[in-house]
Amino acid sequence: MINQVYRLTSPGIIDVACTVPDIKNSVLLRPLYMSVCKADQRYYLGNRSKEALKAKLPMALIHECVAKVEFDPTGNFKPGEIVVPVPNTPTEDDDVIAENYRLTSHFCSSGYDGFLRDYIDIDPGRLVRVPEGVDLKIAAFAELISVAVHAVSRFDKFSHSRKNAIGVWGDGNVGFITALILKAVYPDSKLYVFGTVYEKLAYFSFADGTFHVDNVPADLMVDHAFECVGGEASRYAVAQIIDHINPEGSIGLMGVSESPVGINTRMVLEKGLNLFGSSRSGVADFERTMQILSANPNAIAYLENLVGEVVSVRSIADIHKAFASDISRSFGKTIIKWEK
Amino acid sequence: MVFAAIFAGGVGSRMGNINTPKQYLDLGGKPVIIHTVEKFFVNDRVDEIIVLCPKPWIAHTKSLIEANLPAGKKISVIEGGKTRNGTLENAIEFINSNYETDEDTIIVTHDAVRPFLTHRIIDENIDAAIEYGAADTVIPATDTIVESKDGKIISSIPERKNMYQGQTPQTFRLKLLESVIESLTDDEKDILTDACKIFTIKDKPVYMVEGEVFNIKITYPYDMKVAYTLLKGKDSDD
Repeated sequence: MINQVYRLTSPGIIDVACTVPDIKNSVLLRPLYMSVCKADQRYYLGNRSKEALKAKLPMALIHECVAKVEFDPTGNFKPGEIVVPVPNTPTEDDDVIAENYRLTSHFCSSGYDGFLRDYIDIDPGRLVRVPEGVDLKIAAFAELISVAVHAVSRFDKFSHSRKNAIGVWGDGNVGFITALILKAVYPDSKLYVFGTVYEKLAYFSFADGTFHVDNVPADLMVDHAFECVGGEASRYAVAQIIDHINPEGSIGLMGVSESPVGINTRMVLEKGLNLFGSSRSGVADFERTMQILSANPNAIAYLENLVGEVVSVRSIADIHKAFASDISRSFGKTIIKWEK
Repeated sequence: MVFAAIFAGGVGSRMGNINTPKQYLDLGGKPVIIHTVEKFFVNDRVDEIIVLCPKPWIAHTKSLIEANLPAGKKISVIEGGKTRNGTLENAIEFINSNYETDEDTIIVTHDAVRPFLTHRIIDENIDAAIEYGAADTVIPATDTIVESKDGKIISSIPERKNMYQGQTPQTFRLKLLESVIESLTDDEKDILTDACKIFTIKDKPVYMVEGEVFNIKITYPYDMKVAYTLLKGKDSDD
């Protein structure tokens, strides 16, 4: 079978390419909804190094997707089942290192084709069923939710047991979802959110307090914190976290920065802080994501607020429209309804 | 039920001829016809597939299908007719002889030499046939179409914005298709080579499904080069 793959050939240029998937061993999915990630946007706009662009393009973008099972020769899934494909593909087993940190793992839309395809051909072990009742436009960005779930799971492993107050720095999508997952997993902890835009901070009505970073009370302290800022502003966020965190707290670093970030290591040492990085996710995180969504209808209600413009895509021109719409979006997700 | 009828060539094609029919040529490791059949095989809305090919090619076609496709959907390989409409009539007869049909039975007809069709094109053909009775796959004409009655002098140049190029699939409600064919005189049958044209002559609506520029028909060696290029991103060596 010939499969159409819509690849970014150079920044701003998308063209159709054809592949021949293995229909004897792969599950074939028909994408329903997809979501644009900032990482996709960086490739689309050419905001990556020349070396990275040369090494990774051409490739299909998009790694956030919900899809319908169309055909499964392996017998694991029935046609019509709604699933989320896990974009990370491990190529070797490792009892210690998680699949999303193994250097040999492949990641869709980062050197390997993403989900902008007629059919997604994928190993059945890389699929997670979506529980009934979950809005497909939310399931479209289940991958991003799973990244937050992964970070919170790591936090649970690394952090000490006193979790009276947890702070989230960042009022964007990652901050919103991470805060929401923290509230679902630690309902008894006080959750504080720190950001720079009052309008966006107002969306965090489930939090116990929101603060503009210029007006944080000097005596406000948290036991642990998450940095969901990224970019050049990461250094200011990390610096403020170090000021407002109690000794032996854990700091989850989730914001992506193209440049090295300076850290006040003197205070990290003095307070005995634990800084840990968190990136991407694996099958277990997707499964836990679905469990959390099923058990927390309130979280789903809040996630609906993240559904921004829904762009129906029937042509390559429509894919460009979706990316153009996403560029001007300061909060929420651009959803692609795949009708190509 | 939804049947897919794959039209795999006319008469006169014999194995061993220098000019192997294009549907049996290799494209990316598989014969063209297998790529086409597989696209219908994996589509959940298609229940059964009928491949219609010249009699000398039936056994070979069966072997190719057996070797390439996993277990699952039933695929029948039968003889096509002398003409395109004859092949269509063979498909209808085969369905009527082997299955119980009703008003909702759909037949999706497609050229074996168009392996680049997409899931959307198949789905929208089925949807349109259910709603309108008949569907044709088209793309807007990019070249100006010129009509000449005598092959020498232009008799008319239709407005390009109203012109489309026909592709396949063409999809029909089976019972409706049968009744329209039955209403044709023998003279009309000889002239009308396109099933959708039969519908328009008889004032029956045919819905236009948007095709794809890359849903090409592999007819000439040049088309095979285009197909290689689409598949590999580079030209073939031959």
